[in-house]
Amino acid sequence: MLGHMAITSNLELIIEGAGCSSCVGKIETALKQVSGVNAAEMNFAQRTVNVSGSASSTELINAIEKAGYNAKLSEAESEEDAISEKEAADLVYYRRLMRDMTIALSLGVPLMVYGLFIGEMTVNTFWEQLAWFVVGIATLYVMVFSGRHFYVGAWKSFKNHSANMDTLIALGTGTAWLYSMVVVFAPEAVPEMARHVYFEATAMIIGLINLGLALELKARGRTSEAIKRLIGLQAKTARVIRDDKEVDIKIGQVLMDDIVRVRPGEKIPVDGEVVEGRTAIDESMLTGEPMPVEKTQGDEVAAGTINKAGSILFKATRVGKDTALAQIINMVKRAQNSKPSIGRMADVISGYFVPVIMITAVVSALVWLNFGPDPTIAFAIVSATTVLIIACPCALGLATPMSVMVGVGKAAEAGVLIRNGEALQTASKITVMVLDKTGTITLGAPKVTDVLVTREHDERAVLQLAATLESGSEHPLAMAIVETAQDKGIKLGKVSMFNAIAGHGVEAEVDGKYLLFGNEKLMREKGIELGVYVEKAQALAEDAKTPMYFAIDHSFAAIIAVADPIKDDSIAAIKRLQKNGIRVVMLTGDNRDTAKAVANKVGITEFFAEVLPEEKSEKVKELQMHNEIVGMTGDGINDAPALALANVGFAIGTGTDVAIESADITLMRGSLHGLADAIAISKATLANIKQNLFGAFIYNVAGVPFAAGVLYPFFGILLSPVVAGAAMAFSSLTVVTNANRLRFFKAEEH
Amino acid sequence: MLFINLAGIALIALIVWWFWLYKTKKVEVRDTDLVITVENGIYSPSHIKVPAGSASEIKFMRIDQSPCSEMLLIPDIQLSETLPINNLKTIHLPALSAGEYAFHCQMKMYRGQITVE
Repeated sequence: MLGHMAITSNLELIIEGAGCSSCVGKIETALKQVSGVNAAEMNFAQRTVNVSGSASSTELINAIEKAGYNAKLSEAESEEDAISEKEAADLVYYRRLMRDMTIALSLGVPLMVYGLFIGEMTVNTFWEQLAWFVVGIATLYVMVFSGRHFYVGAWKSFKNHSANMDTLIALGTGTAWLYSMVVVFAPEAVPEMARHVYFEATAMIIGLINLGLALELKARGRTSEAIKRLIGLQAKTARVIRDDKEVDIKIGQVLMDDIVRVRPGEKIPVDGEVVEGRTAIDESMLTGEPMPVEKTQGDEVAAGTINKAGSILFKATRVGKDTALAQIINMVKRAQNSKPSIGRMADVISGYFVPVIMITAVVSALVWLNFGPDPTIAFAIVSATTVLIIACPCALGLATPMSVMVGVGKAAEAGVLIRNGEALQTASKITVMVLDKTGTITLGAPKVTDVLVTREHDERAVLQLAATLESGSEHPLAMAIVETAQDKGIKLGKVSMFNAIAGHGVEAEVDGKYLLFGNEKLMREKGIELGVYVEKAQALAEDAKTPMYFAIDHSFAAIIAVADPIKDDSIAAIKRLQKNGIRVVMLTGDNRDTAKAVANKVGITEFFAEVLPEEKSEKVKELQMHNEIVGMTGDGINDAPALALANVGFAIGTGTDVAIESADITLMRGSLHGLADAIAISKATLANIKQNLFGAFIYNVAGVPFAAGVLYPFFGILLSPVVAGAAMAFSSLTVVTNANRLRFFKAEEH
Repeated sequence: MLFINLAGIALIALIVWWFWLYKTKKVEVRDTDLVITVENGIYSPSHIKVPAGSASEIKFMRIDQSPCSEMLLIPDIQLSETLPINNLKTIHLPALSAGEYAFHCQMKMYRGQITVE
C-alpha cells in the first residue's frame, strides 16, 4: 500500500534559529542519530540541511527541534517546476493518445471504407468466417493496445459502484465486438439478415475518442494560461545577506526578516519593506497600473513586481505562501475551480447520467427486440451500442468549469480578483452599484489643489510659510499642505509663536512674520480685507474643495484650497457603468455640499451624504428591498458591513497591499474601470457557460433518442455507432474550445 | 421473448441497485498514512471516514494521466487543489461538523465521499 511506503530519498530542510556556525555540528549530529539517516550536511549560509536516507521528514524535524531549533521541509519544487513537469507529462500522454488513435484508425478506416464502398460486412461462408475472425483478433489487439485504459477504467469504476465515461465506451465497443464475434463463431445462432459484424465501429470509436481526448488535452492547456502567467511572475532565487555576504538562495529558503538585495531589472522575490536605496518598481503585472511606482526607505515592495531603476535592499516581511502574489495565485486557483449555481443542475445530472444511459440502452434494445423490424437482434445491438457511445457526460461536466477557469483567469489579468464562481454569476446581474466616495471615487488623500496668491506675493514663499505653520499639526488638511511644500522641495522654517483659534484657524509667527490661516470669519475678525477673493473662495467650495485664507502681517496673501481629488478616470468609469444600464449611487460621510459637488462632477444624480458607517449597510438593504441586485464598492474598514451585505462586495485594493479575502471581488488597481471590467467579464463568462450548457444539454437530449432510433419509424434513419463515436469525441472538445474563446474577450477600451 | 424481456428488466434493476442503492464501505482515516490513489477513473478508497470537530489530513497519489483527474474539489469547504502526477499531495481538512462531504473531479466523473462523524 502506498501509504506505508518507506521514504528513501534526499530531503532538504530549512533550519530556523541557527545563529552561529557551531549550530552546524549540533544539528548534523542530531540528525545522524536518527535511525535511517545515512548522511546529513548543513549549509550554514543558506540555513538548509540536506539529509539522505530512509527517515521520514517528521522524525528529522523532531530531532532538530529536540536539539533546540526549528525546521521545516523545503518546498520540493516551485510551482513553476510543477507546471513544467505537468506539461511534460501532458505531452507524453498526448503522444500516447495520438499513437493509440493512429493504430485504431489504421484498422477502423479501411474497414469502414470496405463496408461502405467495397463489400458486405456479413458472415455467410467459411472463408468470410475466417477472414472476419482475423479482423476480430486485430480489433481485439486495438482494444487491448489502444483502448486498454477505457476497459480497465470501466472495470475499476464498476467494482467501485460508480460509472463514468469509460463505462459507456467500454460497454458500447465491447458489445459491438462481442456481438460480431458471436456472428463469426456461430453465424447460425443469429438470423441470416443479422449476420453483420461491427468491428469497424469498435476500432473507429476507440480511435476517434482517443483523438478527441488528445485534442481536448491541448485545448485544456490553454484554459490555464492566466494562472501560468501569474505563477511565472515568481522569482526562482533571491539574493539575501547572510553573515555579511550576499548569497543566492532558492526562493523557498528566504526567511522572514532576511535582508534581500534586488538589482535593476530583477524581480522582487518576496514581499518586504525597503531599508536602503531608491528605485521605481513596475507593479503592472499585479495591479494593471502601467506607471512604475517610486519606492524608497519604508515603502513596501511586492513579490513578482520588477525593479526598474536602482539597487535596493529590503527586509522580507512575507515569504512563501504569505506573499500577496502567492495569495493571489491561490485565490485565482480556488475561484477557477468553484462553480456558480448555474452549473449545479449539470452537476446533479452528471451524478446520475451514466447509469441512466445504461438503462436507456437496455430499454432501447428491448423496444427493438419487441417491436422492431427484422433483423431485430442487429437493430437492438446497433441502437444499444449507439446510445452508449453518443451520450457524453463530459460535455455537461466540463461546460461550467472550463468557462469559469478562463473567465476568472481573464479577470485576474485585468487586475480583477474574483473570489468564487457565485460572485462571478451575481456580478453579471448587478442592477445598482453603490460607490463609497472617499478613496473609491476620490483618491482618499487630500491634496492642495489651488494656491491663489495676490500680486504682491509669491506662491513658493506662501507655501513655505503655510507649511511651516502647519508642520506641527496632524490634521489631514495641514498634512496635505506640508506634503505639497515638501514635494516642491521647499525647506520649512521655524515657528516662534503658535495659537490655535478654535473653529476659526490659527495665528502664528514664522521667521518674524505674523501669520493668520483660517476661514473667512477669522479674517473678518482680524480686520483683513478679502475683496474679490471671497467669490473665488466660494467658487472653490462649489467645486468640492475646502478653501482657507492666508494673511501675512495683517494683509491678505493667498487662498490655499485643499481637496480630495477625484481619480482621473472615475468620471469615465462611472459613465461606462451607467451606459451598461447600471444605476450608480454614491454614499459618503461627508457634508452635503462636498457630496453634491463630487456627485455632479462625476455624473451621479443619486447620492446620500452624511451617512454614518453603520448606515451604509442600511442603504444597501433598502435597495435590496426594492428587488435590486446591489454591488457595493468601498475601500475602508468602515465599509465592511455594507460590502458583506451587498450581493457583490467590491474592495478597492490600494496597490498591492490588498485584503484579498475581504470582498467577493477585489480590484487590484484603484481605478473604477475595474468595476465595469469585472461586470463585463462576468457577463461574457456567464454567456459562455450558458452556451456550453445549452449545447451539452441539447446534444445529449437530442442525441440519445436519435441514437436509440426514434427517427427510424418515420424516416428510416438509424445512426451508425461510428458517427456517434465521432459526435461524442468532439462534443467535449467543442465545450473546451468555446470556453477558450473567452481568452480573446476584451473589456471595452478605456 | 418473455425471457429476454425479464432479463432486460432484471438488468435494469441490477444497474439501479449496483450504482445507486449499494452502500459502499467507508475507510477510516485513523492516522496520516491513508493514501487515496487516483487511477483508472476512480479514487481508491473512495469513501472515507474522519472524526468530527478535529482537523485531519488526507493524502492523494495521482497516477492517472487523464486531465480529468487533475483537479480535486471539495465544494462544501470551497477546496480545490491540483493533484500532481506521481507525487503525493496532502490535503488539510479543517475541523468539520458531522455530515457527508463529497469530493470529486471537475466533471464529477471521479467521485468520493468523506463521512464526518
